[in-house]
Order: sequence, then C-alpha cells, then structure tokens
Amino acid sequence: MRVESLAVLFGLVVIMTILSPVTGDGVRVFLTTSNLFNIILASATFGVLAIGATFVISSAGIDLSLGSVLGLASVSGAALVVTLGWPWYFAILGSLAAGAAAGAVNGFIITRGRVPAFIVTLGMLGIARGLALIISNGRGIYGLPDEILFLGQARPWGVPTPVFILLIVALVSHYILAHTPFGHHTLALGDNENSARATGINVRRQRMMLYTISGLMAGIAGLIFTARVNTGDPTAGLNYELLAITAAIIGGTNLFGGRGSILGTMIGALIMGVLQNGLNLMAVQAYYQQMAIGAVLIAAVWLDQLRTRGRSAQ
Amino acid sequence: MSTLELSGVEKSFGAVQVLNGVDLSVSGGEVVGLVGDNGAGKSTLMKAITGVYSTDKGRITFDGIDITNLDPGKRREMGIEMIYQDLALAPQQDVANNIFLGREPTKRLLGLIPCFVDKSRIDVEAQEMIDRLGVQIPSIHIPVGMLSGGQQQTIAIARALTFKPKLVIMDEPTAALAVREVESVLNLIEQMRSEGIATILISHRLNDVFAACGRIVVLRRGNVIADLKRDETDMSEVVSYIVGAHG
Repeated sequence: MRVESLAVLFGLVVIMTILSPVTGDGVRVFLTTSNLFNIILASATFGVLAIGATFVISSAGIDLSLGSVLGLASVSGAALVVTLGWPWYFAILGSLAAGAAAGAVNGFIITRGRVPAFIVTLGMLGIARGLALIISNGRGIYGLPDEILFLGQARPWGVPTPVFILLIVALVSHYILAHTPFGHHTLALGDNENSARATGINVRRQRMMLYTISGLMAGIAGLIFTARVNTGDPTAGLNYELLAITAAIIGGTNLFGGRGSILGTMIGALIMGVLQNGLNLMAVQAYYQQMAIGAVLIAAVWLDQLRTRGRSAQ
Repeated sequence: MSTLELSGVEKSFGAVQVLNGVDLSVSGGEVVGLVGDNGAGKSTLMKAITGVYSTDKGRITFDGIDITNLDPGKRREMGIEMIYQDLALAPQQDVANNIFLGREPTKRLLGLIPCFVDKSRIDVEAQEMIDRLGVQIPSIHIPVGMLSGGQQQTIAIARALTFKPKLVIMDEPTAALAVREVESVLNLIEQMRSEGIATILISHRLNDVFAACGRIVVLRRGNVIADLKRDETDMSEVVSYIVGAHG
C-alpha cells in the first residue's frame, strides 16, 4: 500500500505540474520552491491530525471530533495568553491540555459507557465546536506573543517551523506505532479485540490512551493553526476530520483496524496537500475541492475493500 | 498426584442448576476427553476451571493449591491455559507477532530509547517454537489470516505453549478443520502429553477424542456420569452415555 500511495503521490505531482499555470519566466507555478513549501506547510496542520486518526483507526476506532477539537484547542491556548494575560507558554500548554482532555473524555465514555466511538466522537464534534465558540464569544482571539508566532511563521534554516513540528511528531509516533509494545497492541486490538484481551492486554486502558493521543494531536494541530494565523480561531479546523481521515486511509490504514503506518499517513497527507494546492492553482472553486476530497475518501475505502475481498477469495 | 482436582463443584444460573457436584481429576501427561450433549455443562465446567465463572459450591485445587476463589489472571499465572474455539488470533499480524502478542520482549534502541520491541528476538524464538512443534507453515513472516484453519489452530496452540502451561484446555480444536489438518493438531496434542502437560479436550468429534485421549469423561445434565479408560470402552458405549441410554 505504501508503494501504491507513493505512486499516487508521484502521479498527482506530474498531473498538477502539467495543469499548473506558468509564471512570466516560463516556470510552472506548482514546482516553485515557495509553492512546494506552501504544500508542506498546509499539510502540516492536518498531517498532525491525520497521525491522531491513524492511531485510532488502526485500533478499529474512529475520531470524528478531530477538526472541532483543533478549534477548541486553538481558542483555549489563545484565550489563556491573550484574554487572561498569562505567560506565552500557556498558549502551548492550554492547546495541548484542551486537546488531550477532549480526547480523554471521548475515550472515557467509549470504554466505560460502551457507547460506540462513532456516536461519542460525533457528539464531541458538536460539543467541542460549541465550546470553542462560547470561550471566544464567536470571534477570533488576535495578537499572540512572538514566541508563539515563531511556532507558525518562522523559517529556521529556511524551513517553516510547522514542518519541523510535524516531522518530530511523525517520528515519535512512528516509533510508538511500529516499534513499541503499545503499537503492537494497538494493531492487534484493531485486528481482533478478543485476541488482544485473551493475551492479557488491558483493552480499556489501551483505547483510553489511543483517544487521548488522538485529542493531543488535535491540540498540537490547533497550536500550529493559532501560531500560523496569529489567532485563536473558533472555526479553525472545520471539516479537517475529513482531510485527516482521508489522509490516513489513502496512506494504507485499514478503516476496520489492524493495519496502519505513520509513514503511509504522511504520504497520504502530502497527497491531500498536493490535491488541494493543485486545484487552487487551477482556480478550482473551494466547493469543488470539498467534493474532490470526499470522493477520494470513498474511492480509497472502496479500492481497499475490493483488494481485501480479492485476497480472501484466494 | 493429580494436577487438577475438582470435588463437588456446583454452579447455577438463577433457577437453572448447570453443574450438580462435579468430581474430576486430571494429571500431568494425561489427555482427558470431555464429551456430552449440547447443554450438558461442558463450557460452564471449563469456565469454572479457568475462573471466568465463580462456583457456588465445591473445591478446585491445582498443583495442590486451592484455587476456588482465584481470578482468571492468577490461575493463568499458575499455568492454566485455555485455547478458544474462535481462534483468538490477530489475522493481519504476522505469525511471530501473534505468538508473542501481549508479552513482546523489548530492548533499548541504540542503548538509549526504551521500549523498542525486539523483533529479531521474536522472530528467532517464534521460529524455534514452530520448529520444535513441527508445525508446517510457509513462513513466520506472513499474516496469520493467510493461513489455513488448521495452521491457525496450530499457531494458537503454539502461542499457548510459550506460556509454559501445566494444564491446557482446548475447546473444539478440530471442529472447523479439514481431515488432513486434524492430524497435525492431534500430533501436537500427543507432543504436549509427552512433555507432561495435562490436557482437557472438549470435542463433539468422537473419532478425534478416541485418537487423542487416554481417558474419556462424559458429562450429562451437569453430572459426570462416566469416567472411562479409552482402552476399556468403545464408541457405542460412550454414545449411549451421552444420550442417556446407558443403564
């Protein structure tokens, strides 16, 4: 799947290059360095979200609240620093804590109340967005300190800071999912919950931690968002769960659990980034872009279903 | 001395008395077949032994220790392993990872980063286990879901054996298997017997029970109504006990 994802990414880059408008110097706009950085920068926010989605989906769960929790985290961090005047680092702590707390609430209700994850996180999608609007009074919270803006707007060694954050988060997450007992248990849990339980894995604690990680990722993404636009924005991350889940799925994560890789998800996030950016350059309306992304999600799951069926028929 | 001893074990669910004072003993190196009609209480009895169900009356001892009130985790640590009918394997994970699921050996990556699953050690030890048991699979690196039902059953047994159990309970291990695959499972059971493990085999397939078990215990309406040596009985006698037609 990872090889196929790379092929899709490559094919998409070729198509977008050909269809891209040309600058005055005869260079394809799509291939300019600044545009390529744009793609990675835009991918960084939902790339971090997609990592959260990967953890949860590969355990046969789902988190539909990712985008809303991103908005809640963005507003929470900004409110502490801008509205209450607390030191700059509370924007970081506040965003991460708000994200992790929302995720922990999801995990608690899913594991203790035995309410399906689909319902709990769908409910949280509404609750977190509403809470973000209440905290901010429905308006963006402007004017964050330079230390925070550095996280979104600076370019150390010419590379945007969010890209560094994404790389670090991806590296740590890859290590956890692919190489630790926690990661092995996550995949086994997604594969066959009974088997995981029978081997003595604490299924409840495992799920609880997975949803908390997912929320934490939304918190990190919210922080990046705040820092990039210098605003705690209650509408931040609207529909981002669509992007994040799609990126995870086209990166090879099995929607029904048991299989998932952070490297694949990063490729998936880049595919979504290239798709969005290319459509932007071609001046395709945002309305059509939403449709395109939704269609990619359905197509990716459909193709995977066909492959799985083909395999079991052997 | 018997490894497992049950005396007067009773269990009811509401008004329904499922076990009516069961006495049973199983020794190391012995394979006991547990047979009985549907509803005879086989599953309840097994769950009473593994600790999933608490009993109302009676005593269960294991290795001379009273385990009547111990929870399933404790009993497992003492060496009671159950292999379930529904093959508790993770189909998309490879054979080696399945065998070590839940107790992956770890080391420090580059001597620094903790909790790194030692995949090479998993592979080496899983391969040793597969070779020792003589299990026939193409590779330990392929997902378990790609194996046949019989191969999966042998992997489930292999996993149980890595816990070094003293008593293994198998629930219908041959029910879903092709005739040729049954052979390899029965061979595994024979190997476990020769290593001194006590085995209880629950099965509807009397052919397999007669092939694998030295002793056959018949359960009927929550009572042990027959405890027969294989060499002193035959299939028609066992069947008559099962259906209640015997004196």
